[in-house]
Amino acid sequence: MNTSVMELSEEQRLFKDSVEKYLEKRYSFEQRGRYAACADGWSRAAWAQFADMGLLAFQLPEAHGGFAAGPLDTMSVLEAFGRALVLEPFLSTVVLGAGCIELAGRAEQQAALLPRIAQGDLLLAFAHTEAHARYDLAEVRCGAVSDEAGWTIEGEKFLVLDGAGADMLIVSAHIEGEGIALFLVDPREPGVRVTSYLTQDGHRAANIQLSGARVAKENRLDGCLDVKAVIEDVTDRAIVALCAEAVGIMSRMLDLTVEYLGTRQQFGTKIGSFQVLRHRAVDMLVALDQARSMTLGALAALAQGRPEERRKMASAAKAQVGKSARFVGQSAIQLHGGIGVTMEYMIGHCFLRSTAIEMLFGDTEYHLSRISDLGGLVCAADHGGMPDA
Amino acid sequence: MDSLFSREELAFRDELREFFRSAVPGRLRRKVELGQNISPAELREWHRILDAKGWVAPAWDPAWGGTGWNAMQIHMYREELQMAHAPTPFALNISLAGPLIIAFGNDKQKARFLPKIRTLDYWFAQGFSEPEAGSDLASLRTQAVRDGDCYVVNGQKAWTTLAQHANWMFTLVRTASEARKQDGITYLLIDMSTPGITVRPVVSIDRDHHVNEVFLDNVRVPVENRVGEEGRAWYYAKYLLTQERVIGARAAITKLKIAKIKNIAARITVAGVPLLRQSWLRSRLAALEVELTALEITTMRVLSEMQRQATDTFDPKSSILKMKGSELYQRADELLIDVLGPLGLPYTPGFLQGEQSLESLVPEWAATASQKYFLNRAATIYAGTTEVQHNILAKAALGL
Repeated sequence: MNTSVMELSEEQRLFKDSVEKYLEKRYSFEQRGRYAACADGWSRAAWAQFADMGLLAFQLPEAHGGFAAGPLDTMSVLEAFGRALVLEPFLSTVVLGAGCIELAGRAEQQAALLPRIAQGDLLLAFAHTEAHARYDLAEVRCGAVSDEAGWTIEGEKFLVLDGAGADMLIVSAHIEGEGIALFLVDPREPGVRVTSYLTQDGHRAANIQLSGARVAKENRLDGCLDVKAVIEDVTDRAIVALCAEAVGIMSRMLDLTVEYLGTRQQFGTKIGSFQVLRHRAVDMLVALDQARSMTLGALAALAQGRPEERRKMASAAKAQVGKSARFVGQSAIQLHGGIGVTMEYMIGHCFLRSTAIEMLFGDTEYHLSRISDLGGLVCAADHGGMPDA
Repeated sequence: MDSLFSREELAFRDELREFFRSAVPGRLRRKVELGQNISPAELREWHRILDAKGWVAPAWDPAWGGTGWNAMQIHMYREELQMAHAPTPFALNISLAGPLIIAFGNDKQKARFLPKIRTLDYWFAQGFSEPEAGSDLASLRTQAVRDGDCYVVNGQKAWTTLAQHANWMFTLVRTASEARKQDGITYLLIDMSTPGITVRPVVSIDRDHHVNEVFLDNVRVPVENRVGEEGRAWYYAKYLLTQERVIGARAAITKLKIAKIKNIAARITVAGVPLLRQSWLRSRLAALEVELTALEITTMRVLSEMQRQATDTFDPKSSILKMKGSELYQRADELLIDVLGPLGLPYTPGFLQGEQSLESLVPEWAATASQKYFLNRAATIYAGTTEVQHNILAKAALGL
């Protein structure tokens, strides 16, 4: 068995424990509420702490200050983030942002930017999605036109995760006759307008208007010209990271629910003694376990790097997680009764975040359809028994 | 999925594939593909082929014909065997009777029974359930009273699979009434030709004969055919049922069914468009494939855990495998009859038994699907119903 996805090494176990312990102590639900209420909507102190613990570097290539960790490290960190409902812009900066630079940047861009990400000195946002595109990654109307000094970008980006706090935007734009390209854009440029807002799950996103936004020539990410493939790749990485986060959220929801069933008294007994509620909790456990397995499978496929397999397994993970998260979330709320629909308890916040994850980078139906388009996970040729066509 | 296996395992899988590709007689392969019944003689033929290779009972102790493979290798063997459309070696012999005797039988019993269990010369039935003891198995009432060097057995067994072919039955009987109903139960191996045994067929809703009632009327069973100690059988049976649950996922069979659905749906057209392109089917197929892939990975997680712990302690996840595995197995059957629609309705007597001539009625790939669907509603009932599995998991995994 490929032990890199099945079995934590001693070192990995220590890493996982340290992340979990830190979050348990320093990132309680109450503390999270205070972080959410501050201007950024998350905590720069926590971010600096993540950097000290190596959490911003573990996925990066070793040449640029990272330690190229295995799939299970990703699972450990993101699952722990999910359990604590961490608000910090990890996905935007470390998965999407660093991913674009790693895959599409030139060597000097990588050398200049990746170590700063590892140290916690650089926040990025991936400004790709446009409102009309829904989940279609190739749908880009933003345009870039070149002149001698550089590029001018026109267009509008929608739901840019953590767009407001970013030091640098990675913007996708179409170049006439060439296709989609990626640019490093300074959000303080005069032609860039960032409108920040809260999303349903308490995270932050922004719409970004680019009108005559200037980009210096050297700030195009042009180390790799198949940018469409890069965008697919980083999106698959983001999908799997979100899946791992959702597994953490679901496991927290299940724990909170089981705890509640064991304490809440009605009709003179713990409500956990009612079989209909116990069975619902077991269905939650099974849904969580399916999601965990599929996420591990997708992490293994990401690590192996065959694009076809990666796409299918990322979609399978997103579809399974989407289905499981909806069931686990709705069940958790139902089993908590009235307090489940208040903002006062963690369970409601878990449900908000898990629902948002469902809707990011393709929902369940979208990914089921993508799996079909890619030929499915089971090969029809595996079965004989059919007369000749 | 290949990314989840080690290089050595992939090489082992190639070895398995190569053997099964050439070893399965074409006639048997074809019957399995079409969902037709394999006759006892055909199954014996296949057991002998596997036994000659030393692969009929790979999970057994190597001293008695096992292979010494680890849990992962045994799992891969079962998967590849099914993917090759090979008949499944008779589970009551290989997964239940054999392991029972190896774990709890004496040397004389091992020498007498195990070789013939492997070759299917001894065909075992399972005498567990009774009319009043189903999910609540410990309520069983069939009585065995000691009389000299025999037990005299009286009672009735239910759901006795393929007892019409069996020459032996491993049987749970009550030898004492204790305060705990789990105590006082004993394992006997009963020769089906003993006077006093009546086997009554029970036809299931696929109109086929799989199960029976077995009546035991003053059946004299030599004491030497008792397995293990008197009164300890509940604990032995519990151990054996845990083994049964690990097998419960049956992902390979479901995978084959999905492949079959795709082939059939590519062939059936509605207004010139293959059914396979319709969005309802695409969505249901993909959803099933995702759940199945997740379950395969869960199986590997359970196996990985087993290898690490190297113990037989009960992993609550094996209940998930049984529960989810049987659910997906049924969903594939259901999807297949939905794809066939009216083609699934004609009943074709004889085809299940291997008769070929039904060209005029329905295509042969459509002939057994509905019968499988009806029969396999039992998958969430036998070996611990889905609801019993819920109770087990609530307690063992959630502490509720």
